[in-house]
Amino acid sequence: MRIALLADLHANREAVEACLAHAAQAGAQRCVFLGDLVGYGADPGWVVDAVMERVGRGDAAVFGNHDEAALLGPSERMSGDARASAEWTAAQLTGPQRAFLAGLPLSVEDGPCLYVHANAWDPGRWAYVRGTAEARRSLEATERRITLCGHVHQPALYQQAPGGPAIRFEPTSGAPVPLGGRRRWLAIPGSVGQPRDGNPAACCAVLDAAAGVLTFHRVPYDHETAADKVRRAGLPPRLAARLREGG
Amino acid sequence: MAPLVLTPGSVVDGYRLEERLHQGSMAALWRVTRVDAGQAPLPLRERGGGEGCAGDSRPETLPPPPAATTPHPNPSPSRGEGLQSEVPEPLVMKVPLLRYGDDPTAILGFEVEQMLLPLLDGPHVPRYVGSGDFETQPYIVMERLPGEPLSAVLAEAPLPAGRAADLGARVAAALHDLHRQHLVHFDVKPSNVMFRPSGEAVLIDFGLSRLDGRPDLIAEEMHAPAGTGAYIAPEQVMRVRDDPRSDLFALGAVLYELVTGRMPFGSPQTVRGLRRRLYRAPVPPRALNPDCPPWLQEIVLGCLEVDPAARWQSAAQVAFLLKNPDQVTLTARAERTRRDSAVSVARGWLRWLARTPAVRPSVSERLSRAPIIAVAVDLSEGESDLSEAQRRTAGMLLGCAPGARLACLMVQRVPRIGMDINVDKEGNNRHVGALVRLKHWARPLNVAPERITYHVLEAPDAAAAILDYVRGNHVDHLVVGARGHSALRRYLGSVSSPLVAQAPCTVTVVRPAERPGAAAEEGGPGTE
Repeated sequence: MRIALLADLHANREAVEACLAHAAQAGAQRCVFLGDLVGYGADPGWVVDAVMERVGRGDAAVFGNHDEAALLGPSERMSGDARASAEWTAAQLTGPQRAFLAGLPLSVEDGPCLYVHANAWDPGRWAYVRGTAEARRSLEATERRITLCGHVHQPALYQQAPGGPAIRFEPTSGAPVPLGGRRRWLAIPGSVGQPRDGNPAACCAVLDAAAGVLTFHRVPYDHETAADKVRRAGLPPRLAARLREGG
Repeated sequence: MAPLVLTPGSVVDGYRLEERLHQGSMAALWRVTRVDAGQAPLPLRERGGGEGCAGDSRPETLPPPPAATTPHPNPSPSRGEGLQSEVPEPLVMKVPLLRYGDDPTAILGFEVEQMLLPLLDGPHVPRYVGSGDFETQPYIVMERLPGEPLSAVLAEAPLPAGRAADLGARVAAALHDLHRQHLVHFDVKPSNVMFRPSGEAVLIDFGLSRLDGRPDLIAEEMHAPAGTGAYIAPEQVMRVRDDPRSDLFALGAVLYELVTGRMPFGSPQTVRGLRRRLYRAPVPPRALNPDCPPWLQEIVLGCLEVDPAARWQSAAQVAFLLKNPDQVTLTARAERTRRDSAVSVARGWLRWLARTPAVRPSVSERLSRAPIIAVAVDLSEGESDLSEAQRRTAGMLLGCAPGARLACLMVQRVPRIGMDINVDKEGNNRHVGALVRLKHWARPLNVAPERITYHVLEAPDAAAAILDYVRGNHVDHLVVGARGHSALRRYLGSVSSPLVAQAPCTVTVVRPAERPGAAAEEGGPGTE
């Protein structure tokens, strides 16, 4: 069973379409959406509908902080752009879309895997896994051997031998990494809808669950159109520029 | 986690342990058979076996490789799944030692091999069958290779130069194939080299290896230099683990041992002992074995340079030289009879240190900087616009890849039916004449003599001869001319078309710029 992992979709229809097409081509039979379906981007309704339809067919999705902000209003800690987009997003969503987001779980456990948006130790408080100390804290907070999360927009892979520290690895697009069974792993596929590492291509990953092999991918998509839509929606111009620059 | 007690007859995930072939300090090797032997061939009993794993007895009915969505690398999803039908028996199971007090690097090396072996393919690695997880019983099952490792040959060392060069060329070809898969082995030594019945060398034991794009567990978790004392490269001693030329150093040490019967640096076991090779050169092989020809010493010492930039730049280049002794440019290295002074060796090391940048290139980038470029020119009618254009193209390619080697080829047509003795002398003169023209053609390129070679191929079919050459010498880029306007083409057919279609590398077809209005003939585009 191959599982496509899509994190931080951020209402970017063009990026989500490209990643879903890529996942199908890579033989993924299932998708897991790792939170932040909305926020920043211009197509929140379309993205929520697409995920809702797939979850109805057996895919899984978890709740992210931007999904929360669209329902409950932006949190104190959010940047100005994020606040503006959260308010705009809240006005776009229909009742059923809001109900779907409100019903999303904070985490999903499945076999050796934990799917969660931010971290394993306190998923609802949205602390970031930005380095090896947080990665270790998260890895030690779950029984599951493989944690798959988002929230941080740059792809990363952490691994930990029994009793050892967590070690960070910069993944290479397209290079399958066997997730050795003696170790625990925390993988951040990177953001589908708002990449931030200087490369505008969307990030996603495919986990071959039977073989225990994870492959990170970069998927080019029509980021010019996505950026134009952000601009025309009246969202902060900086959010459009980010899509063009990947940063 | 309590590892099972393994005894002959035990069954693990559908494999029955038949006999323990080898018990090392890191792992045990078992000959295994599939329990469900219904469709699997009967186990073939191989003589010998020794510590080598992996066997080659491919039946003719070998099934085609499974269709894969990712072309390569292609991990086989077989972890803990038991039966695998693609690889025929005999098989071998490698089981790491996990008892309390066992060397922790045994587990680490096993993990690395378990991660990397499924990602490798081709004739120069044992075929991967399956593996078991740490939850129950960790193991790797792979094909079992017959025969003895290269270390068995050392009993006969010093070997004659031709035999040592042949063995070395086969190991170099295997290393080049691994480097092309972006893997550095980091533990090349005679006991880690096996041979298929077809003659190809097979590297085994990937416990210290590193593959581009995968976590380097060894770099992260081993706190001492990773390698084998007798063969480890100086930069490996300094814990630099990204350079395929480290394997060339080890290959040089293996060749040295084959030629002299001695290890170039002994077999130090301490880091201090290992560091000695940063400033102490080995005794030149010819001082130990006067029968070692200068060209072989040139190759061996060229591998053992302390500065990687001063070594041969790719395993393909070493294989090339070992197969073409007459093309080795002899330098002072070839004639050396005493070891280099400590000062000059250490200077090489300091050069390396000074040059080491913060961001280091990947294995694939390094390999692409040291290609073998072959140019096939036709000078039978003297130089022409075409041969001049080919020279310009070769010059551009060399300018882009500082580690490149250029092989200049010319085909002399010989009749398909054998020559008689009277023609032989004439043929010899023609051969020398062709070589002279070829060297004259290349002179304006101003390539250092150790980076350029000349080959006059005698064959009835030019394209077939060039293809043979390209395949046999790991050529990365072939430059040929389009004989677009020549009347010859009508009689002899195109040489470039079959090369473009069949060469296993990049092919550039050069055509001199056409004047507007000049009659154009149909043909391929200028560069393909």
